[in-house]
Amino acid sequence: MKIHIKNGRVIDPASGRDEIADLFIAAGRIVTSDAPTFHANRTIDASGLVVCPGLVDLSVRLREPGFEYKATLESEMLAAAAGGVTSLACPPDTDPPLDEPGLVEMLKFRAKNLPGPRVYPVGALTQKLEGKMLTEMAELTEAGCRAFTQADAPLTDTLVLLRAMEYAATFGFRLWLRAQDVTLARGGIAHDGAIASRLGLPGIPALAETVALATILQLMRETGARVHLARLSTREGIAMVQAAKAQGLAVTCDVATTHVHLSENDLVGFDSHLHLVPPLRSLRDRDAIREALRDGAVDALCSDHTPVDEDEKQVPFGESSPGASGVELLLPLTLKWAREMNVPLPRALALITCEPARILDIPAGELAAGANADVCIFDAQAEWVVTSKSLASQGDNTPFLNHPMQGRVRYTLIDGHIDFESAR
Amino acid sequence: MNPQLTPDGRLRHLLTLDGLPRATLTHILDTAESFMDVGEREVKKVPLLRGKSIFNLFFEPSTRTRTTFEIAAKRLSADVVNLNIATSSQTKGEAILDTVDNLSAMHADMFIVRHSQSGAAHFIARHVAPHISVVNAGDGRHAHPTQGLLDMFTIRRFKGEFHNLTVAIVGDVLHSRVARSQIHALTTLGVPEVRVIGPKTLLPTGVEQLGVKVFHDMAAGLAGCDVVIMLRLQNERMKGARLPSAQEYFKFFGLTPEKLALAKPDAIVMHPGPMNRGVEIASEVADGPQSVILPQVTYGIAVRMAVMALLAGGAST
Repeated sequence: MKIHIKNGRVIDPASGRDEIADLFIAAGRIVTSDAPTFHANRTIDASGLVVCPGLVDLSVRLREPGFEYKATLESEMLAAAAGGVTSLACPPDTDPPLDEPGLVEMLKFRAKNLPGPRVYPVGALTQKLEGKMLTEMAELTEAGCRAFTQADAPLTDTLVLLRAMEYAATFGFRLWLRAQDVTLARGGIAHDGAIASRLGLPGIPALAETVALATILQLMRETGARVHLARLSTREGIAMVQAAKAQGLAVTCDVATTHVHLSENDLVGFDSHLHLVPPLRSLRDRDAIREALRDGAVDALCSDHTPVDEDEKQVPFGESSPGASGVELLLPLTLKWAREMNVPLPRALALITCEPARILDIPAGELAAGANADVCIFDAQAEWVVTSKSLASQGDNTPFLNHPMQGRVRYTLIDGHIDFESAR
Repeated sequence: MNPQLTPDGRLRHLLTLDGLPRATLTHILDTAESFMDVGEREVKKVPLLRGKSIFNLFFEPSTRTRTTFEIAAKRLSADVVNLNIATSSQTKGEAILDTVDNLSAMHADMFIVRHSQSGAAHFIARHVAPHISVVNAGDGRHAHPTQGLLDMFTIRRFKGEFHNLTVAIVGDVLHSRVARSQIHALTTLGVPEVRVIGPKTLLPTGVEQLGVKVFHDMAAGLAGCDVVIMLRLQNERMKGARLPSAQEYFKFFGLTPEKLALAKPDAIVMHPGPMNRGVEIASEVADGPQSVILPQVTYGIAVRMAVMALLAGGAST
């Protein structure tokens, strides 16, 4: 199939390209323009629209296997495509967890036979995510895992973490870790600050992140392991990672879109949609995150898409399951941040295209000739309201329900196929 | 935006004292004053809520609070149904909203809710039919507004005014919904100095932002106080590495006659009950001349009557 995308604002953050131009696609790849001889099967008029690489989301829970009542592979792949996402990493916290090559192969096989983005599983770091025995990382890598993580499962044994880093460093595998000291966070459900104190919600101190980070960074220095820090949430944590980078440590980090726009102040009213992991921190932390995204101290933005069954949110805050659905809001929330911070569009798009692709180490997030034809075409001005009907995800558990958004995906092309096309 | 008030400022629910206007609190206290004599009559009833159905929804066990709400409702001639959900439908796995929906279908007028989770009363209030009022009878560590109000009623009865008082709240503020409600009420009613006293392990992060002064030393914290409010220390706090022992706690933060002597001579001593004698308070103080602990219990009925009457009766605040 040959596709001709006409007159769009082509932005390719990887190469710095930003111009009104045409894009040509043939045999699933971007090709250089050769207008007289290129006979397209389909022409898309992208006048007034932005044409950019398909988005790369570092954390999308597809909920299969084991949690099909929360969401299915079909529903979440469709949601991702509707959000302009063409590559996604899925954490291993399924039931059973992705700790065996057979499970990873099955997921990849099922995903490949469905329309929607390329799925890159992140394997379990320890068997059953119990934090005791290492998984067969080499076998899992051969099965298609791009990295290894505990997701949000606790790892209380620092010796196991040391061994995991040593083993991963042997082969050059990457660890994706969420920095949270389990014992300091024990029993907590909200940021330990003035708001949690006022509302009587048990707190998770910022120390839970920084103490864990200090351990991780020190173990990295010892082992030479490559680590990506997932979902940083505190100002001090970001500063520590920035300092570690300056020292030459092979460390990257991401934050979730929820934490870019929300803070502990939003908890007043006890809306369980705001029960998130890590917890929404102070305004000071949120502002530091917003700055760090601009100056590059944080490498990528992700949705941390976590569809949750409605029944698990229709309970008091402390009894609710944490997490928010968000893969369809990744783009509009990134654009919102960029508008509010006066960040140029190419820089904002880099955080959800080439930068996460670099972290995942996959051939994606660029529009160079010869690259996979994974493309997102969106209307940066389109205004819409988030409702359960406007979301394709099975989970409509988002704190942004009924909020207005600006920026909407019009086409998502994966491997040169139109996998999503909006009805306008 | 306050979910407790109607657009014209009337009380719709009572979920927390945080954010309620001073006039609303004062009106509740004044209304309670008018109910004080009902308990002293031979026929302890007024017909204000005749025909109204009030459900005590206790998702967490409680005898004292539930009983005072029941007495208050009955003195207003309401029909009261007690549901000890902690041992019934919840154990059968029924969702909290199903319970609320079923009771709404029985044409309830008011829910008195106690729950172990902070925000549970807010959650229920968001989901009830427009004619139903919700009263928070204690949710997690968050709020216990009627207890806070009865404490204010007690202070007003013994001290008259709020604007010239120094009030100390002593003990486990971290886990105390009562303390939070007291702090909001005291600051709203214009008490110029509210102090909290306790070890760092029992004071919430950023508690100063609630408008209180923090003390870790009883002698300094009690000096010159008009009102000393002791908080209950729950035994399970000993197990969480927050305190080494009950004995050590009593030595540094228990209220003894010697420590009470540091407060003003006419200072009153309060406690929301039930007390741990010899842990947070010495018996000589609990039963002593400055203690107003039993009057607090009596006033609790009148205050809860006032709240229910204003909510179900629709009286203007």
